[in-house]
Amino acid sequence: MKTIRIGAGQGFYGDSILPAIETAKSGNIQYLCFDCLAELTLAILQKDRQKDPTKGFTGDITRTMKELLPLVKEKGIKLLTNAGGMNPLGAQQEILRIARELGINGLKVAVVTGDDVRERLSGWKAQGIPLAHMEDGREIEPILQRIVFANAYVGADPVAEALRQGADIVVTGRVADSALFLAPLIAEFGWAREDWDRLAQGILMGHLMECSGQVSGGNFSGDWQSIADLDQIGFPVAEVREDGEFVLTKTEGTGGRVSIQTVKEQLLYEIHDPAAYLTPDVVLDVTNVQLEAVGDNRVRVTGAQGSKRPDTLKVVMGYSDGWLGQAICGYSWPDALEKAKAADRIIRKQMERIGLQFEEIQTDYLGYNSLHGPLAAPPQEELNEIYLRIAVRSSSKEKAAAVGRLFPPLMLSGPPALGGFLGVMKPRELLGMWSCLIAREMIEDGVQVNVLEV
Amino acid sequence: MTRRQLRHLVQARSGDKGNTINIAVIAPNDAIYHVLVRELTADRVKAHFAGMLFGEVSRYLVPNLQAMNFVCKEALAGGGSASLRMDNLGKCYASNLMRLEIEIEDEVLSQV
Repeated sequence: MKTIRIGAGQGFYGDSILPAIETAKSGNIQYLCFDCLAELTLAILQKDRQKDPTKGFTGDITRTMKELLPLVKEKGIKLLTNAGGMNPLGAQQEILRIARELGINGLKVAVVTGDDVRERLSGWKAQGIPLAHMEDGREIEPILQRIVFANAYVGADPVAEALRQGADIVVTGRVADSALFLAPLIAEFGWAREDWDRLAQGILMGHLMECSGQVSGGNFSGDWQSIADLDQIGFPVAEVREDGEFVLTKTEGTGGRVSIQTVKEQLLYEIHDPAAYLTPDVVLDVTNVQLEAVGDNRVRVTGAQGSKRPDTLKVVMGYSDGWLGQAICGYSWPDALEKAKAADRIIRKQMERIGLQFEEIQTDYLGYNSLHGPLAAPPQEELNEIYLRIAVRSSSKEKAAAVGRLFPPLMLSGPPALGGFLGVMKPRELLGMWSCLIAREMIEDGVQVNVLEV
Repeated sequence: MTRRQLRHLVQARSGDKGNTINIAVIAPNDAIYHVLVRELTADRVKAHFAGMLFGEVSRYLVPNLQAMNFVCKEALAGGGSASLRMDNLGKCYASNLMRLEIEIEDEVLSQV
Protein backbone atom coordinates (compact mmCIF):
# COMPACT_ATOMS: atom_id res chain seq x y z
CA MET A 1 0.00 0.00 0.00
CA LYS A 2 1.23 3.48 -0.85
CA THR A 3 2.67 5.35 2.16
CA ILE A 4 3.98 8.88 2.47
CA ARG A 5 6.07 10.43 5.21
CA ILE A 6 5.31 13.93 6.44
CA GLY A 7 7.36 15.95 8.90
CA ALA A 8 6.32 18.77 11.22
CA GLY A 9 8.45 21.84 10.61
CA GLN A 10 7.31 24.40 13.16
CA GLY A 11 4.53 24.67 15.73
CA PHE A 12 4.32 28.45 15.91
CA TYR A 13 6.05 31.64 14.77
CA GLY A 14 9.21 31.65 16.86
CA ASP A 15 9.71 27.90 17.05
CA SER A 16 13.17 26.47 16.45
CA ILE A 17 13.93 25.53 12.86
CA LEU A 18 16.75 23.14 13.75
CA PRO A 19 14.46 20.09 14.12
CA ALA A 20 12.97 20.83 10.69
CA ILE A 21 16.43 20.87 9.16
CA GLU A 22 17.25 17.57 10.86
CA THR A 23 14.02 16.00 9.61
CA ALA A 24 14.63 17.26 6.08
CA LYS A 25 18.17 15.86 6.10
CA SER A 26 17.59 12.46 7.59
CA GLY A 27 13.87 11.96 8.12
CA ASN A 28 13.23 10.39 4.72
CA ILE A 29 10.19 12.61 4.24
CA GLN A 30 8.33 13.79 1.17
CA TYR A 31 6.54 16.71 2.83
CA LEU A 32 7.40 19.17 5.57
CA CYS A 33 4.53 21.24 6.99
CA PHE A 34 4.88 24.40 9.05
CA ASP A 35 2.13 25.77 11.24
CA CYS A 36 3.23 29.28 12.05
CA LEU A 37 -0.05 30.92 13.03
CA ALA A 38 -1.50 30.81 16.51
CA GLU A 39 -4.84 32.56 16.99
CA LEU A 40 -3.39 36.02 17.35
CA THR A 41 -0.12 35.80 15.41
CA LEU A 42 -1.90 37.62 12.61
CA ALA A 43 -2.15 40.71 14.81
CA ILE A 44 1.65 40.91 15.02
CA LEU A 45 1.97 40.37 11.28
CA GLN A 46 -0.69 42.95 10.47
CA LYS A 47 1.30 45.53 12.45
CA ASP A 48 4.42 44.58 10.51
CA ARG A 49 2.51 45.09 7.26
CA GLN A 50 1.17 48.48 8.38
CA LYS A 51 4.74 49.65 8.98
CA ASP A 52 6.02 48.21 5.71
CA PRO A 53 3.62 46.93 3.01
CA THR A 54 6.21 44.45 1.75
CA LYS A 55 6.18 42.70 5.18
CA GLY A 56 3.40 40.93 7.05
CA PHE A 57 4.66 37.36 6.65
CA THR A 58 6.67 35.70 9.42
CA GLY A 59 10.09 37.26 9.78
CA ASP A 60 11.86 33.92 10.05
CA ILE A 61 10.76 32.70 6.61
CA THR A 62 13.95 34.13 5.10
CA ARG A 63 16.25 32.04 7.27
CA THR A 64 14.01 28.97 7.07
CA MET A 65 14.01 29.02 3.29
CA LYS A 66 17.74 29.71 3.03
CA GLU A 67 18.37 26.60 5.11
CA LEU A 68 15.77 24.38 3.49
CA LEU A 69 15.55 25.27 -0.20
CA PRO A 70 18.79 23.45 -1.06
CA LEU A 71 17.39 20.33 0.65
CA VAL A 72 14.04 20.76 -1.07
CA LYS A 73 15.82 20.76 -4.41
CA GLU A 74 18.21 17.94 -3.59
CA LYS A 75 15.68 15.55 -2.07
CA GLY A 76 12.47 16.60 -3.75
CA ILE A 77 10.80 17.50 -0.46
CA LYS A 78 7.75 19.74 -0.67
CA LEU A 79 7.24 22.52 1.89
CA LEU A 80 3.82 23.66 3.02
CA THR A 81 3.56 26.67 5.29
CA ASN A 82 1.05 29.22 6.50
CA ALA A 83 3.93 31.61 7.20
CA GLY A 84 2.41 33.97 4.61
CA GLY A 85 0.35 35.40 7.44
CA MET A 86 -1.10 38.75 6.43
CA ASN A 87 0.92 38.91 3.21
CA PRO A 88 1.17 35.53 1.46
CA LEU A 89 1.95 37.18 -1.89
CA GLY A 90 4.88 39.00 -0.27
CA ALA A 91 6.03 35.69 1.22
CA GLN A 92 5.91 34.06 -2.21
CA GLN A 93 8.09 36.86 -3.61
CA GLU A 94 10.51 36.49 -0.71
CA ILE A 95 10.84 32.74 -1.32
CA LEU A 96 11.44 33.30 -5.04
CA ARG A 97 14.04 35.94 -4.18
CA ILE A 98 15.90 33.52 -1.92
CA ALA A 99 15.77 30.77 -4.53
CA ARG A 100 17.35 33.12 -7.08
CA GLU A 101 19.94 34.23 -4.55
CA LEU A 102 20.86 30.58 -3.96
CA GLY A 103 20.96 29.92 -7.71
CA ILE A 104 18.11 27.41 -7.56
CA ASN A 105 16.09 26.93 -10.75
CA GLY A 106 12.97 25.02 -11.68
CA LEU A 107 11.26 25.59 -8.35
CA LYS A 108 7.50 26.16 -8.31
CA VAL A 109 6.21 28.34 -5.49
CA ALA A 110 2.45 28.48 -5.03
CA VAL A 111 0.46 30.92 -2.97
CA VAL A 112 -3.04 30.56 -1.55
CA THR A 113 -4.90 33.82 -0.93
CA GLY A 114 -8.41 34.82 0.01
CA ASP A 115 -8.45 34.16 3.75
CA ASP A 116 -8.08 37.87 4.59
CA VAL A 117 -11.65 39.15 4.73
CA ARG A 118 -11.27 42.39 6.65
CA GLU A 119 -12.09 44.57 3.65
CA ARG A 120 -15.29 42.59 3.12
CA LEU A 121 -16.70 42.99 6.64
CA SER A 122 -18.59 46.28 6.16
CA GLY A 123 -20.11 44.94 2.95
CA TRP A 124 -21.23 41.79 4.74
CA LYS A 125 -22.64 43.86 7.57
CA ALA A 126 -24.55 46.04 5.09
CA GLN A 127 -26.00 42.89 3.51
CA GLY A 128 -27.25 41.86 6.94
CA ILE A 129 -24.91 38.88 7.30
CA PRO A 130 -24.66 38.13 11.03
CA LEU A 131 -21.21 38.73 12.52
CA ALA A 132 -22.19 38.25 16.16
CA HIS A 133 -19.62 36.57 18.40
CA MET A 134 -20.02 32.80 18.20
CA GLU A 135 -19.16 32.24 21.88
CA ASP A 136 -21.52 34.72 23.54
CA GLY A 137 -23.70 36.26 20.82
CA ARG A 138 -22.44 39.85 21.31
CA GLU A 139 -23.11 42.21 18.38
CA ILE A 140 -20.04 43.33 16.45
CA GLU A 141 -20.97 47.02 16.10
CA PRO A 142 -18.98 48.38 19.12
CA ILE A 143 -15.72 46.86 17.93
CA LEU A 144 -16.15 47.07 14.15
CA GLN A 145 -13.96 50.16 13.80
CA ARG A 146 -11.22 48.67 16.00
CA ILE A 147 -10.67 45.46 14.02
CA VAL A 148 -7.00 44.88 13.26
CA PHE A 149 -7.35 41.71 11.20
CA ALA A 150 -10.11 39.32 10.10
CA ASN A 151 -9.17 36.01 8.52
CA ALA A 152 -11.11 32.89 7.67
CA TYR A 153 -9.82 29.43 8.47
CA VAL A 154 -9.47 27.91 5.01
CA GLY A 155 -9.34 24.15 4.50
CA ALA A 156 -7.01 21.79 2.61
CA ASP A 157 -8.56 22.00 -0.88
CA PRO A 158 -6.62 24.99 -2.29
CA VAL A 159 -3.36 23.65 -0.84
CA ALA A 160 -3.99 20.24 -2.43
CA GLU A 161 -4.82 22.04 -5.69
CA ALA A 162 -1.48 23.86 -5.54
CA LEU A 163 0.28 20.50 -5.10
CA ARG A 164 -1.61 19.06 -8.07
CA GLN A 165 -0.34 22.00 -10.11
CA GLY A 166 3.16 20.82 -9.30
CA ALA A 167 4.09 23.24 -6.53
CA ASP A 168 7.27 22.46 -4.60
CA ILE A 169 6.39 25.05 -2.00
CA VAL A 170 2.96 26.23 -0.95
CA VAL A 171 2.70 29.36 1.16
CA THR A 172 -0.61 30.47 2.60
CA GLY A 173 -2.24 32.81 5.05
CA ARG A 174 -4.77 31.51 7.56
CA VAL A 175 -5.14 27.94 6.37
CA ALA A 176 -6.26 25.79 9.31
CA ASP A 177 -3.25 24.25 11.04
CA SER A 178 -4.25 20.64 10.56
CA ALA A 179 -5.44 21.24 6.97
CA LEU A 180 -1.84 21.93 5.88
CA PHE A 181 -1.00 18.35 6.86
CA LEU A 182 -4.11 16.89 5.25
CA ALA A 183 -3.47 18.52 1.87
CA PRO A 184 -0.62 16.20 0.76
CA LEU A 185 -2.80 13.16 1.51
CA ILE A 186 -5.62 14.48 -0.66
CA ALA A 187 -3.16 15.26 -3.46
CA GLU A 188 -1.21 11.98 -3.22
CA PHE A 189 -3.96 9.50 -2.50
CA GLY A 190 -6.79 11.22 -4.33
CA TRP A 191 -9.06 10.96 -1.29
CA ALA A 192 -12.58 12.01 -2.20
CA ARG A 193 -14.11 15.08 -0.62
CA GLU A 194 -16.76 12.98 1.12
CA ASP A 195 -14.50 10.19 2.31
CA TRP A 196 -15.09 11.50 5.82
CA ASP A 197 -13.33 8.76 7.81
CA ARG A 198 -10.10 9.03 5.83
CA LEU A 199 -10.22 12.82 5.95
CA ALA A 200 -10.75 12.49 9.71
CA GLN A 201 -7.61 10.33 10.00
CA GLY A 202 -5.71 12.96 8.00
CA ILE A 203 -6.95 15.81 10.16
CA LEU A 204 -6.14 13.87 13.32
CA MET A 205 -2.62 13.34 12.02
CA GLY A 206 -2.37 17.07 11.33
CA HIS A 207 -3.75 17.90 14.76
CA LEU A 208 -1.13 15.68 16.41
CA MET A 209 1.68 17.21 14.35
CA GLU A 210 0.76 20.89 14.27
CA CYS A 211 2.25 21.72 17.68
CA SER A 212 5.64 20.26 16.79
CA GLY A 213 7.47 19.13 19.95
CA GLN A 214 4.30 18.93 22.03
CA VAL A 215 3.68 15.39 20.76
CA SER A 216 7.29 14.24 20.92
CA GLY A 217 8.08 14.89 24.57
CA GLY A 218 7.73 18.64 24.98
CA ASN A 219 5.35 20.17 27.55
CA PHE A 220 4.72 16.64 28.80
CA SER A 221 3.04 16.37 32.18
CA GLY A 222 3.81 12.70 32.78
CA ASP A 223 7.27 11.55 33.84
CA TRP A 224 8.82 14.56 32.13
CA GLN A 225 12.10 14.19 34.02
CA SER A 226 12.80 10.96 32.15
CA ILE A 227 12.46 12.42 28.66
CA ALA A 228 15.94 12.51 27.20
CA ASP A 229 17.67 15.21 25.19
CA LEU A 230 15.01 17.89 24.84
CA ASP A 231 17.88 20.14 23.76
CA GLN A 232 17.84 18.30 20.45
CA ILE A 233 14.21 17.24 20.35
CA GLY A 234 12.98 15.55 17.21
CA PHE A 235 9.77 16.96 15.77
CA PRO A 236 7.14 14.40 14.80
CA VAL A 237 7.07 12.52 11.53
CA ALA A 238 3.95 10.70 10.31
CA GLU A 239 3.96 7.67 8.02
CA VAL A 240 0.53 7.71 6.46
CA ARG A 241 -0.98 4.89 4.42
CA GLU A 242 -3.40 5.33 1.60
CA ASP A 243 -6.19 3.90 3.79
CA GLY A 244 -5.59 6.62 6.39
CA GLU A 245 -3.89 4.54 9.05
CA PHE A 246 -0.72 6.22 10.26
CA VAL A 247 2.25 5.77 12.55
CA LEU A 248 3.57 8.74 14.46
CA THR A 249 7.32 8.73 15.01
CA LYS A 250 10.39 10.98 14.89
CA THR A 251 13.81 10.92 13.28
CA GLU A 252 16.25 8.42 14.73
CA GLY A 253 18.94 9.87 16.97
CA THR A 254 16.93 12.90 18.01
CA GLY A 255 15.81 13.69 21.56
CA GLY A 256 12.35 13.58 23.03
CA ARG A 257 9.89 10.70 22.99
CA VAL A 258 6.89 9.54 21.00
CA SER A 259 4.78 7.26 23.19
CA ILE A 260 1.13 6.49 23.76
CA GLN A 261 1.23 8.91 26.69
CA THR A 262 2.77 11.81 24.75
CA VAL A 263 0.30 11.22 21.91
CA LYS A 264 -2.69 11.18 24.26
CA GLU A 265 -1.78 14.57 25.72
CA GLN A 266 -1.62 16.17 22.31
CA LEU A 267 -4.68 14.35 21.03
CA LEU A 268 -7.05 16.33 23.24
CA TYR A 269 -5.06 19.57 23.20
CA GLU A 270 -7.29 22.56 22.44
CA ILE A 271 -10.13 20.28 21.42
CA HIS A 272 -13.56 20.91 22.89
CA ASP A 273 -16.11 18.17 22.15
CA PRO A 274 -14.00 15.09 21.32
CA ALA A 275 -16.89 13.67 19.29
CA ALA A 276 -17.22 16.79 17.14
CA TYR A 277 -14.04 18.73 16.50
CA LEU A 278 -15.00 21.16 13.77
CA THR A 279 -12.48 21.77 11.02
CA PRO A 280 -13.01 23.24 7.56
CA ASP A 281 -12.52 19.81 5.95
CA VAL A 282 -14.36 17.38 8.20
CA VAL A 283 -15.95 17.07 11.63
CA LEU A 284 -13.60 14.81 13.58
CA ASP A 285 -14.70 12.29 16.21
CA VAL A 286 -11.84 10.85 18.29
CA THR A 287 -13.96 8.79 20.68
CA ASN A 288 -13.05 5.53 18.94
CA VAL A 289 -9.41 6.29 18.24
CA GLN A 290 -7.00 3.52 19.17
CA LEU A 291 -3.31 3.99 19.91
CA GLU A 292 -0.84 1.16 19.73
CA ALA A 293 2.88 1.13 20.47
CA VAL A 294 4.52 -0.54 17.47
CA GLY A 295 8.20 0.02 18.19
CA ASP A 296 10.64 2.46 19.68
CA ASN A 297 9.11 5.93 19.43
CA ARG A 298 6.42 4.59 17.12
CA VAL A 299 2.69 4.85 17.81
CA ARG A 300 0.04 3.60 15.40
CA VAL A 301 -3.13 5.66 15.25
CA THR A 302 -6.42 4.27 13.92
CA GLY A 303 -10.13 4.74 14.37
CA ALA A 304 -10.76 8.44 13.73
CA GLN A 305 -14.26 8.93 12.40
CA GLY A 306 -15.50 11.81 10.32
CA SER A 307 -18.76 13.37 9.35
CA LYS A 308 -19.78 16.01 6.85
CA ARG A 309 -17.76 19.21 6.99
CA PRO A 310 -19.56 22.35 8.28
CA ASP A 311 -21.37 24.64 5.84
CA THR A 312 -19.67 27.57 7.52
CA LEU A 313 -16.06 28.61 8.03
CA LYS A 314 -14.72 30.26 11.15
CA VAL A 315 -13.52 33.82 10.85
CA VAL A 316 -11.25 35.04 13.62
CA MET A 317 -10.71 38.74 14.12
CA GLY A 318 -8.48 40.67 16.46
CA TYR A 319 -9.50 44.12 17.70
CA SER A 320 -7.70 46.76 19.72
CA ASP A 321 -8.81 46.38 23.29
CA GLY A 322 -6.79 48.93 25.21
CA TRP A 323 -3.32 48.83 26.71
CA LEU A 324 -1.50 46.84 29.32
CA GLY A 325 1.00 48.72 31.50
CA GLN A 326 3.12 46.84 33.98
CA ALA A 327 6.16 46.94 36.22
CA ILE A 328 8.11 44.25 38.05
CA CYS A 329 10.59 44.48 40.94
CA GLY A 330 12.01 42.03 43.48
CA TYR A 331 12.26 41.99 47.28
CA SER A 332 14.70 39.94 49.27
CA TRP A 333 14.48 37.86 52.45
CA PRO A 334 13.67 38.50 55.26
CA ASP A 335 9.94 39.28 55.01
CA ALA A 336 10.13 39.28 51.19
CA LEU A 337 6.41 38.70 50.62
CA GLU A 338 5.43 41.26 53.26
CA LYS A 339 7.69 43.84 51.64
CA ALA A 340 6.21 43.21 48.22
CA LYS A 341 2.70 43.50 49.66
CA ALA A 342 3.62 46.79 51.33
CA ALA A 343 5.00 48.11 48.03
CA ASP A 344 1.73 47.12 46.32
CA ARG A 345 -0.23 49.15 48.89
CA ILE A 346 2.07 52.15 48.35
CA ILE A 347 1.64 52.10 44.58
CA ARG A 348 -2.13 51.71 44.79
CA LYS A 349 -2.44 54.61 47.28
CA GLN A 350 -0.28 56.80 45.05
CA MET A 351 -2.43 55.97 42.03
CA GLU A 352 -5.48 57.03 44.01
CA ARG A 353 -3.86 60.23 45.25
CA ILE A 354 -2.88 61.41 41.77
CA GLY A 355 -6.19 60.30 40.26
CA LEU A 356 -4.68 57.59 38.08
CA GLN A 357 -7.64 55.30 37.46
CA PHE A 358 -7.64 52.06 35.53
CA GLU A 359 -10.28 49.68 34.24
CA GLU A 360 -8.44 46.84 35.95
CA ILE A 361 -5.44 46.53 38.26
CA GLN A 362 -3.85 43.16 38.89
CA THR A 363 -1.17 42.37 41.43
CA ASP A 364 0.92 39.22 41.22
CA TYR A 365 3.71 37.94 43.43
CA LEU A 366 6.09 36.07 41.14
CA GLY A 367 7.47 33.10 42.99
CA TYR A 368 4.21 32.71 44.89
CA ASN A 369 0.97 33.14 42.93
CA SER A 370 1.49 34.58 39.45
CA LEU A 371 0.65 31.33 37.60
CA HIS A 372 -1.91 29.78 39.93
CA GLY A 373 -3.68 32.90 41.20
CA PRO A 374 -6.05 32.43 44.14
CA LEU A 375 -5.34 28.68 44.24
CA ALA A 376 -1.65 29.09 45.05
CA ALA A 377 -0.85 27.49 48.41
CA PRO A 378 0.58 30.00 50.93
CA PRO A 379 4.33 29.45 51.32
CA GLN A 380 5.15 26.90 54.04
CA GLU A 381 8.39 28.59 54.94
CA GLU A 382 9.77 32.06 54.46
CA LEU A 383 10.69 32.69 50.83
CA ASN A 384 14.14 33.87 49.82
CA GLU A 385 12.75 36.43 47.41
CA ILE A 386 9.56 37.57 45.76
CA TYR A 387 8.87 39.70 42.70
CA LEU A 388 6.01 42.16 42.74
CA ARG A 389 4.20 42.72 39.46
CA ILE A 390 1.47 45.27 39.01
CA ALA A 391 -0.39 45.25 35.70
CA VAL A 392 -3.10 47.67 34.61
CA ARG A 393 -5.58 47.92 31.76
CA SER A 394 -6.40 51.28 30.21
CA SER A 395 -7.88 52.57 26.99
CA SER A 396 -5.13 55.19 27.04
CA LYS A 397 -1.58 54.23 26.15
CA GLU A 398 -0.19 57.15 28.17
CA LYS A 399 -2.07 56.16 31.31
CA ALA A 400 -0.94 52.57 30.93
CA ALA A 401 2.64 53.81 30.71
CA ALA A 402 2.29 55.84 33.90
CA VAL A 403 2.19 52.84 36.24
CA GLY A 404 5.80 51.94 35.51
CA ARG A 405 7.03 55.38 36.51
CA LEU A 406 5.67 54.91 40.04
CA PHE A 407 8.13 52.08 40.68
CA PRO A 408 11.65 53.62 40.67
CA PRO A 409 11.01 55.79 43.77
CA LEU A 410 10.36 52.57 45.72
CA MET A 411 14.10 51.93 45.65
CA LEU A 412 14.86 54.76 48.07
CA SER A 413 11.49 55.43 49.63
CA GLY A 414 9.82 52.04 49.92
CA PRO A 415 10.33 48.82 51.87
CA PRO A 416 13.99 47.73 52.21
CA ALA A 417 16.10 45.56 49.91
CA LEU A 418 14.61 45.98 46.44
CA GLY A 419 16.47 44.36 43.54
CA GLY A 420 15.80 43.11 40.05
CA PHE A 421 13.83 46.14 38.89
CA LEU A 422 13.24 45.31 35.26
CA GLY A 423 13.02 48.93 34.10
CA VAL A 424 10.07 51.03 32.99
CA MET A 425 8.40 48.76 30.44
CA LYS A 426 6.62 50.02 27.36
CA PRO A 427 2.86 49.49 27.37
CA ARG A 428 1.65 46.60 25.23
CA GLU A 429 -1.50 46.77 23.13
CA LEU A 430 -4.20 44.34 24.20
CA LEU A 431 -6.13 42.54 21.50
CA GLY A 432 -9.59 41.18 21.91
CA MET A 433 -10.59 38.21 19.84
CA TRP A 434 -13.78 37.91 17.86
CA SER A 435 -14.94 34.70 16.17
CA CYS A 436 -17.94 34.19 13.96
CA LEU A 437 -19.14 31.71 11.36
CA ILE A 438 -19.61 32.70 7.73
CA ALA A 439 -21.16 30.68 4.91
CA ARG A 440 -18.41 28.62 3.31
CA GLU A 441 -19.10 29.61 -0.30
CA MET A 442 -18.80 33.33 0.51
CA ILE A 443 -15.22 32.77 1.60
CA GLU A 444 -14.27 30.13 -0.92
CA ASP A 445 -15.38 32.34 -3.84
CA GLY A 446 -12.42 34.55 -3.00
CA VAL A 447 -9.80 31.83 -2.50
CA GLN A 448 -7.17 31.63 -5.23
CA VAL A 449 -4.11 29.56 -6.02
CA ASN A 450 -1.27 31.07 -8.04
CA VAL A 451 1.95 29.33 -9.01
CA LEU A 452 5.17 31.10 -10.01
CA GLU A 453 8.41 29.45 -11.06
CA VAL A 454 12.05 30.45 -10.82
CA MET B 1 -10.51 4.96 50.85
CA THR B 2 -7.65 7.41 50.72
CA ARG B 3 -7.55 11.08 49.75
CA ARG B 4 -4.96 11.66 47.10
CA GLN B 5 -3.92 14.67 45.06
CA LEU B 6 -4.41 14.29 41.31
CA ARG B 7 -0.72 15.03 40.75
CA HIS B 8 0.06 11.51 41.94
CA LEU B 9 -2.54 9.90 39.71
CA VAL B 10 -2.93 11.46 36.27
CA GLN B 11 -1.46 13.41 33.37
CA ALA B 12 -3.05 16.65 32.23
CA ARG B 13 -2.54 19.31 29.58
CA SER B 14 -4.41 22.56 29.08
CA GLY B 15 -4.71 25.02 26.21
CA ASP B 16 -6.77 28.00 25.10
CA LYS B 17 -9.20 29.13 22.44
CA GLY B 18 -10.26 32.72 23.00
CA ASN B 19 -11.44 33.12 26.57
CA THR B 20 -12.14 29.39 26.87
CA ILE B 21 -9.63 26.81 28.03
CA ASN B 22 -9.67 23.02 27.95
CA ILE B 23 -8.00 20.63 30.33
CA ALA B 24 -7.43 17.06 29.21
CA VAL B 25 -7.00 14.68 32.14
CA ILE B 26 -5.55 11.26 31.34
CA ALA B 27 -5.63 8.26 33.66
CA PRO B 28 -2.90 5.61 33.59
CA ASN B 29 -5.41 2.74 33.63
CA ASP B 30 -9.11 1.90 33.48
CA ALA B 31 -9.53 1.58 37.24
CA ILE B 32 -8.31 5.10 37.88
CA TYR B 33 -10.29 6.36 34.92
CA HIS B 34 -13.49 5.02 36.54
CA VAL B 35 -12.60 6.69 39.83
CA LEU B 36 -12.15 9.96 37.93
CA VAL B 37 -15.54 9.55 36.27
CA ARG B 38 -17.06 9.32 39.75
CA GLU B 39 -14.97 11.96 41.53
CA LEU B 40 -13.83 14.53 39.03
CA THR B 41 -17.11 16.05 37.95
CA ALA B 42 -17.57 19.31 36.08
CA ASP B 43 -18.99 20.86 39.26
CA ARG B 44 -15.91 19.92 41.28
CA VAL B 45 -13.60 21.37 38.66
CA LYS B 46 -15.62 24.57 38.53
CA ALA B 47 -15.58 24.86 42.35
CA HIS B 48 -11.84 24.14 42.43
CA PHE B 49 -11.15 27.13 40.20
CA ALA B 50 -13.30 29.59 42.14
CA GLY B 51 -11.93 33.09 41.65
CA MET B 52 -10.17 32.20 38.37
CA LEU B 53 -12.81 30.71 36.15
CA PHE B 54 -16.22 32.30 35.85
CA GLY B 55 -18.09 30.47 33.08
CA GLU B 56 -19.65 27.12 32.45
CA VAL B 57 -17.56 23.94 32.77
CA SER B 58 -18.45 20.94 30.57
CA ARG B 59 -16.96 17.48 30.89
CA TYR B 60 -16.53 15.13 27.93
CA LEU B 61 -15.60 11.51 28.52
CA VAL B 62 -13.12 9.79 26.22
CA PRO B 63 -12.95 6.23 27.61
CA ASN B 64 -10.98 4.89 24.65
CA LEU B 65 -8.10 7.11 25.80
CA GLN B 66 -8.88 6.66 29.52
CA ALA B 67 -9.30 10.41 29.46
CA MET B 68 -11.73 13.22 30.04
CA ASN B 69 -11.78 16.72 28.66
CA PHE B 70 -12.97 19.77 30.59
CA VAL B 71 -14.01 22.80 28.58
CA CYS B 72 -14.14 25.91 30.74
CA LYS B 73 -15.54 29.26 29.62
CA GLU B 74 -14.57 32.73 30.86
CA ALA B 75 -11.31 31.32 32.10
CA LEU B 76 -8.65 33.82 31.02
CA ALA B 77 -9.90 37.26 32.05
CA GLY B 78 -10.57 38.19 28.44
CA GLY B 79 -8.42 35.58 26.72
CA GLY B 80 -4.95 35.32 25.20
CA SER B 81 -3.72 38.77 24.39
CA ALA B 82 -6.56 40.68 26.06
CA SER B 83 -5.68 39.33 29.51
CA LEU B 84 -3.56 40.88 32.26
CA ARG B 85 -2.77 37.46 33.67
CA MET B 86 0.73 36.00 33.66
CA ASP B 87 -0.68 32.64 32.53
CA ASN B 88 -2.61 34.34 29.76
CA LEU B 89 -2.66 31.22 27.56
CA GLY B 90 -3.98 28.93 30.27
CA LYS B 91 -1.04 26.53 30.02
CA CYS B 92 -0.88 26.26 33.82
CA TYR B 93 -4.54 25.41 34.37
CA ALA B 94 -3.71 21.71 34.06
CA SER B 95 -1.00 21.84 36.70
CA ASN B 96 -3.28 23.90 38.93
CA LEU B 97 -5.93 21.19 38.68
CA MET B 98 -3.34 18.71 39.99
CA ARG B 99 -3.81 20.26 43.46
CA LEU B 100 -7.30 18.80 43.70
CA GLU B 101 -7.73 15.82 46.04
CA ILE B 102 -10.05 12.93 45.32
CA GLU B 103 -11.22 9.89 47.27
CA ILE B 104 -9.75 6.72 45.85
CA GLU B 105 -10.08 3.06 46.85
CA ASP B 106 -6.91 1.56 48.28
CA GLU B 107 -6.94 -1.35 45.85
CA VAL B 108 -7.08 1.08 42.90
CA LEU B 109 -4.31 3.13 44.44
CA SER B 110 -2.10 0.07 44.71
CA GLN B 111 -2.11 -0.17 40.89
CA VAL B 112 -0.53 3.26 40.41
